[in-house]
This record gives sequence, structure tokens and C-alpha cells, in this order.
Amino acid sequence: MKSLDELREIRERMQSQVSLRSEDHTQTRVVVGMATCGIASGARPILAALAEAVQEKKLDNVTVTQTGCIGLCQYEPVVEVIEPNKEKVTYVNMTVEKALEVVDLHLIKKEPVIKYTIGAVTDSAARRK
Amino acid sequence: MDEISLNILDIVQNSIKAKASSISISIDIDRRKDLLSIIIKDNGEGMSKDQLEKVEDPFYTTRTTRKVGLGIPFFKYAAISTGGNFAISSNLGEGTVVRAEFIFSHIDRMPLGNIVETMHLLITMHQNIHFLYTYKLDNDIFSLDTKDLKEILGDIPFNVPEVSNFIKEFLLESHNEINRGSYI
Ligand SMILES: Nc1ncnc2c1ncn2[C@@H]1O[C@H](COP(=O)(O)OP(=O)(O)O)[C@@H](O)[C@H]1O
Ligand SMILES: [Mg+2]
Repeated sequence: MKSLDELREIRERMQSQVSLRSEDHTQTRVVVGMATCGIASGARPILAALAEAVQEKKLDNVTVTQTGCIGLCQYEPVVEVIEPNKEKVTYVNMTVEKALEVVDLHLIKKEPVIKYTIGAVTDSAARRK
Repeated sequence: MDEISLNILDIVQNSIKAKASSISISIDIDRRKDLLSIIIKDNGEGMSKDQLEKVEDPFYTTRTTRKVGLGIPFFKYAAISTGGNFAISSNLGEGTVVRAEFIFSHIDRMPLGNIVETMHLLITMHQNIHFLYTYKLDNDIFSLDTKDLKEILGDIPFNVPEVSNFIKEFLLESHNEINRGSYI
């Protein structure tokens, strides 16, 4: 059974090696919408998967956060990627699998996954009409 | 929503939006009394009498991004549909308390679901908020106060991998020990 003593050991191990995060303005922000619509359509496991993937892949320049209602209910779950000095990319109708693709392609290889963006999704919906 | 732990995450979002600096979340399951009770209490902005009267109505929200607020009506319906109870009390400038009571054995009661994921995300994504979490199943109780984590960690953030993983495992093992294989 884990106890908080274990956390004390972690702290002691880390104290010597805590490197401060890079400056805010060089951070890429990944933001998951966590209002009612987002949560009801699966945002929680997506936020958890993104946070874990960013840790595992040691993407120190990426911060994963949550926000409230983005106002795109019918497109939830919504994930925004905000890179410094670039236009925000909005991914819609996300799943855990799509979110992990965004990590590999957008966050690591720097190639936004156009097909999951709101622009691509609304375009193809318009074409179907 | 198909898990009570998702409703909890959603209701706590209201507290976060109301700028609460301290939020307590309590889950109390008493199988002898056949009740599962949830209490979410915050010290955020609170609501006026007028607001409070409208808040259980799905067509009420103070958000501007969408015309309906469904979070509270969803949670209320989930509880009421088991034959349980639901109540909110709030005072402007003081905070809000949301209480939901589910009949544990009712066929329409949603499972609690992944409460570990809900609590882990809340704690690690909102380090500036003090969370007090309590999980009680019959006579066994687990509680986690993020003040204790802060006291140990000093200025080490909750979202560094070692710490985040510890918090997740700690929550998971503690729930497993209390649940002893029961599906809640
Ligand atoms: N804990 C709280 N503190 C202050 N105001 C709250 C709280 N919970 C709910 N409210 C108010 O009630 C409204 C409706 O809440 P809800 O049903 O969750 O819908 P939504 O969050 O989408 O607006 C909110 O917009 C907010 O004004
Ligand atoms: Mg809400």
C-alpha cells in the first residue's frame, strides 16, 4: 500500500534535479475543452491520455491544460494546440487515438493533422450538403 | 453521462469557474442504507437567491457560449431517477454546496466509474486549488488533502511525471483496497 512517505522519498530524489520549466512564451499549450458537452462526449480520457503522452515522450516544451466551454458543442471533444507565434489549431470530434496522432504528428513532427481540424470537418460537411 | 465520476468532474468545473480556491468532494457509499451520496462544496463566488432558483432549470446558464446549462440538470436527473435526492445551497460571496443522493441498488443508478481519473486530473491540472477528497465505502474511508501533498512537495509541481504518477497510483491503490473487488 502506497503512503505519503513514498512522496517524501520522491521529493528528496528530485530536489537536487528540479529544472525549471522553460519560459512561458516558448511553451506550446494543448488545451482540452472540459465543459458539460466535452465531458459527456469523452474529453476526460482524452485529457488524461494527452497529459500522459506528453510526459512519457518528455515533451518539456508542451503544457497540457483544460478549459471550460469553447462553444463548439456539436464538435466536442475539442482540443486546441497553441504554439508560440503561430495560429491556433482547433481539432474537433477527438478520440484518444486521434489525440495521440496529434501528439506524434503535430507536437513532435510539427505537422498539424489537417483532417481533424475544424476547417477540414466543416468543409467536408458543407460538401456533403 | 454514463458515469457518476463524469458528473462529479463536470460539477467541479462549475466551482472552478466560480473561482473557488478550495473544493471538497465527498463520496459516501453505505450499502446497508442502500445509499450513495455525493457532496461537492466550494468557496467560490456563489449564487444569489434568484440565480439559485433557476439553476436546476436546463434553460439557465450564465455562460455566453451556449444558451443552455445542462451540467446541474444532468446530475440532478441522474440522482432523482434512482429515487434519490438532489439539493443545492449557495450564498453569494461564500460558496456553493451540491448534494446528490442515489439509491445504490437502483437499476438506473450509473456506476461511479473512473473516479481515479477524475480526481487525478482535477488535482494535477489545478495546483492552485486546494482539494479535499473523501471516499467512504461502508466502514472504510480514504481521504486525500492536497495541502498534505503541497507540504511535502514544497515548490515541486504536481504535474512532473514522478509526482503525477505517484498521485495516480496512490488514488488507485487506495480505492482498490477499500473496494476489495466490489464494482461500485
Ligand atoms: N458552484 C457554483 N458556483 C457558482 N455558480 C454556479 C455553481 N454551479 C453552477 N453555477 C451557476 O449555474 C449555472 C448553470 O450551471 P450548469 O447547469 O452546470 O451549466 P453551465 O455550467 O453549462 O452554465 C452556471 O452557469 C453558473 O452561473
Ligand atoms: Mg456546468
